[in-house]
Amino acid sequence: MTSLRTDRFTRTATLTLALLGSAFAATAAVAADVNIYTSRQPELIQPVLDAFTEETGLSTATIFIDKGLEERVKAEGANSPADLIMTVDIGRLDAAKQAGVVQPVDSAVLAENIPDSFRDGENEWFALTARGRVVYASKERVDTDAISYEELADPKWKGRLCTRSGQHQYNIALIAAYIAHHGEEAARDWVTGLRDNLARRPEGGDRDQAKAIFAGECDIAIGNTYYVGQMTTNEKEPEQKEWAKAIKVIMPTFDNGLTHVNVSGVALAKNAPNKENAIKLMEFLSGDTAQKIYAELNYEYPVEPGIETSDLVKSFGELKPDTLALDEVAAHRTKASEIVDEVNYDGGPQS
Amino acid sequence: MSAIRPARGWPAILPMRRKGKGDGGYVATALVLAALVAMPFLALIWLAVSGTSSNWSHLATTILPEASLVTAELMLGVALLTGTMGVVTAWLVATFDFPGRRLFSWALVLPLAVPTYIAAYAFVEFLHFAGPVQTAIRALFGYSSSRDYWFPEIRSLPGAVLILSSVLYPYVYLTVRMVFLMQGRKAADVARTLGASQATIFLRILLPLARPAIAVGVTLALMEAVNDIGAVEFLGVRTLTFAVYSTWLNRGDLYGATQIALLMLAVIVLLVTIERLARRQQRFTLGRSDRPQPGSERLSGGRGFLAVAACALPIILGFAIPLLVLGDYALRRLDQLADPQLWRAFRHTVALASITGLVTVTVGFLLAYGVRLTGSKRLVLMSRLAVLGYAVPGTVLAIGILIPLAGLDNFVDARMRETFDVSTGLLLSGSGFAIVYAGFVRFMAMGHGSLESGFAKVSTHLDMAARTLGRAPGATLIEVLLPLMRPALLTAFLLVFVEASKELSATILLRPFDFETLATFVYAQTSRSAFEEGAVAALLIVLVGILPVAILNRSILAETARS
Repeated sequence: MTSLRTDRFTRTATLTLALLGSAFAATAAVAADVNIYTSRQPELIQPVLDAFTEETGLSTATIFIDKGLEERVKAEGANSPADLIMTVDIGRLDAAKQAGVVQPVDSAVLAENIPDSFRDGENEWFALTARGRVVYASKERVDTDAISYEELADPKWKGRLCTRSGQHQYNIALIAAYIAHHGEEAARDWVTGLRDNLARRPEGGDRDQAKAIFAGECDIAIGNTYYVGQMTTNEKEPEQKEWAKAIKVIMPTFDNGLTHVNVSGVALAKNAPNKENAIKLMEFLSGDTAQKIYAELNYEYPVEPGIETSDLVKSFGELKPDTLALDEVAAHRTKASEIVDEVNYDGGPQS
Repeated sequence: MSAIRPARGWPAILPMRRKGKGDGGYVATALVLAALVAMPFLALIWLAVSGTSSNWSHLATTILPEASLVTAELMLGVALLTGTMGVVTAWLVATFDFPGRRLFSWALVLPLAVPTYIAAYAFVEFLHFAGPVQTAIRALFGYSSSRDYWFPEIRSLPGAVLILSSVLYPYVYLTVRMVFLMQGRKAADVARTLGASQATIFLRILLPLARPAIAVGVTLALMEAVNDIGAVEFLGVRTLTFAVYSTWLNRGDLYGATQIALLMLAVIVLLVTIERLARRQQRFTLGRSDRPQPGSERLSGGRGFLAVAACALPIILGFAIPLLVLGDYALRRLDQLADPQLWRAFRHTVALASITGLVTVTVGFLLAYGVRLTGSKRLVLMSRLAVLGYAVPGTVLAIGILIPLAGLDNFVDARMRETFDVSTGLLLSGSGFAIVYAGFVRFMAMGHGSLESGFAKVSTHLDMAARTLGRAPGATLIEVLLPLMRPALLTAFLLVFVEASKELSATILLRPFDFETLATFVYAQTSRSAFEEGAVAALLIVLVGILPVAILNRSILAETARS
């Protein structure tokens, strides 16, 4: 039916495509002793992974995937090369569990290193580092050194509060924790109160809120602890040191006197091809060596009890992490996200 | 292959052709390719209907009305602004002579090399409280706090319109300039001899004449504005795409998210269809012209200055400001240039963009030829649908690719294990294949326009002559059409290359282990609020784009000259 020439053309085209395809397929074959899908930025885990390789001789390979990590593992199914899933935010850890792409790990080492409140009840995920969701307050314009989360909605802060988008995972987790403490109705009132206190529409990241305080746009803001550390030590952009100088960290508390923390963590992939090595790495990550590196690297709080935080982090004051189980926080995320939309938090101040 | 007979009403090459000799396999290939392009959409539709989204009442009452309005406003703004910027600049460089015209003619394409998310970051840095503009204002008037004075908020809907338009207007500029230089020139000359003023010519002749070209350019700009997440998220503009992501990630509702994405797609299809229907009765015949002749009416004095300002402004906004901000950060991080990882990312970016460009152009070319050959209504429809990949948020499209590909991989793997006891693993979904696939589905829109108009310029008589002389369709393609289509192919390739080198959302989800591109490199930094650490890589993305953009400009002019 086809002439010789057409045939040749089709064949050439097909061949070219096949060649290109296989050339690319070859890159997929790269794999190590432990393969990690991570939504944690490579810079923040590489030093710990290097230490692991040094100690055990086992190599690691990573792919940094943000949105859609669970969907990818799920779609890959039985053939997924992922051994470990590392991610930030309790919501993402829980999402991996709910998507059914992880499996429980029964390890005495992990159980000993990681306190109960920092791991899943069914041992399907384990937190590795914690960060407080705290208040940045203007040194100049805010006198108080203690504040509760509830108080942030007090009208005395009207026109003085800045935050990033209410739909950001860190804020969602905070609101979810509020729901866990006070129930849905109280949480809606609280978010409404926060909204009415906003100085401007929520935007940017946590650092931008510190910048806004520096600029005089607002007096208090909500942000994670480690950003303050990053800004304080930013030699390349000394301007950020000024932002950090303009603010002080206040550890806000719920009525139990404890502060909301979020976590970064790790889970074993359901179809991990190198299960044994992967568990070795998990245990390593929860141990002294890795926890110390974490503490220094990114100004976070190690989850293993007894490991010191960096001096800079100590200067923020003492963090007393909320003992509310993180999976309970995760359970309220959908509701939290809906409340943010319902009160149109991201629309900013209403008047 | 009786189904592929030319349908009534569609122009086919050989209306009375010999029955199918040589066409069959050819058209089958085109159909397969069209099916490949359609697959991710089918997967998304399947995904959208497979889940029971319990959230629709929430979506319908709280999110969708507001998000739809914001999206509509964004689209309207971007359409008007890209349209204005693109048409006015194209008109100026095509009609008048003024200082720097040759330079502008080229430099006006440059913003195309700047990704929207990078432009957004750069603008915010440039205009924020501690940025150069406000610092100067404070120094000038002696203010100390942002509460002392009013300054427009760039993180807003108007800000997003301005930023997106500043880097997207070149789509309009490129397509419209071509029309002004070619058909427009002759018509304008005639009108001129009849005593019409330049303003009259512009409004009554050139603008109506350029309408299809404007539509093509604005559509591309709109699709990109609608699928954008990086810029709008950073700017706090809650579009439907923003709702797609919050529905999916914060409320764990991928089905609902897919439904919103498909809804957006439907709206785009509707708009494009309406526009096409509205000018169905009009005929736009391509006149033959000699070399494209830019007009020679000299603008001097105040008018010359205005022309220079009108051409310089878009370049300053869409190129100079981003470059300035990136350059400032990059200068303090030149040590990153010694990082071998950066250069690996650079090579990956160039390789990926080249392969994606080649594949996309090949597929687009074969599809367009299939249409030309047969006029098959089905192919026409499919080739129109093929451009829609650009209107879907990248990550969502990537999921539409991931699910069927991984499914196929696992199916093959299971069969191979059963039969030969070997595991093939994830052949396609775990490799560069998936990224290239995503790239061509996403960027078909870039290549399609230039290929379609390229084919339109080659008289079908040439095909017929070749066929009469005994050449099969494939031979006709290679010996006759390919050489004639070279400029159009180059244009399509370069457009796709530039887009692919900026691509982020699909690459980041689909890539294999240890595969960084410049865009993923930048993203890893920005996702931990350290955009400045990614400045060197961001600058490299722009540089990777500049060369093709420059060639693109020449290629389009050459193409214009040929027809």
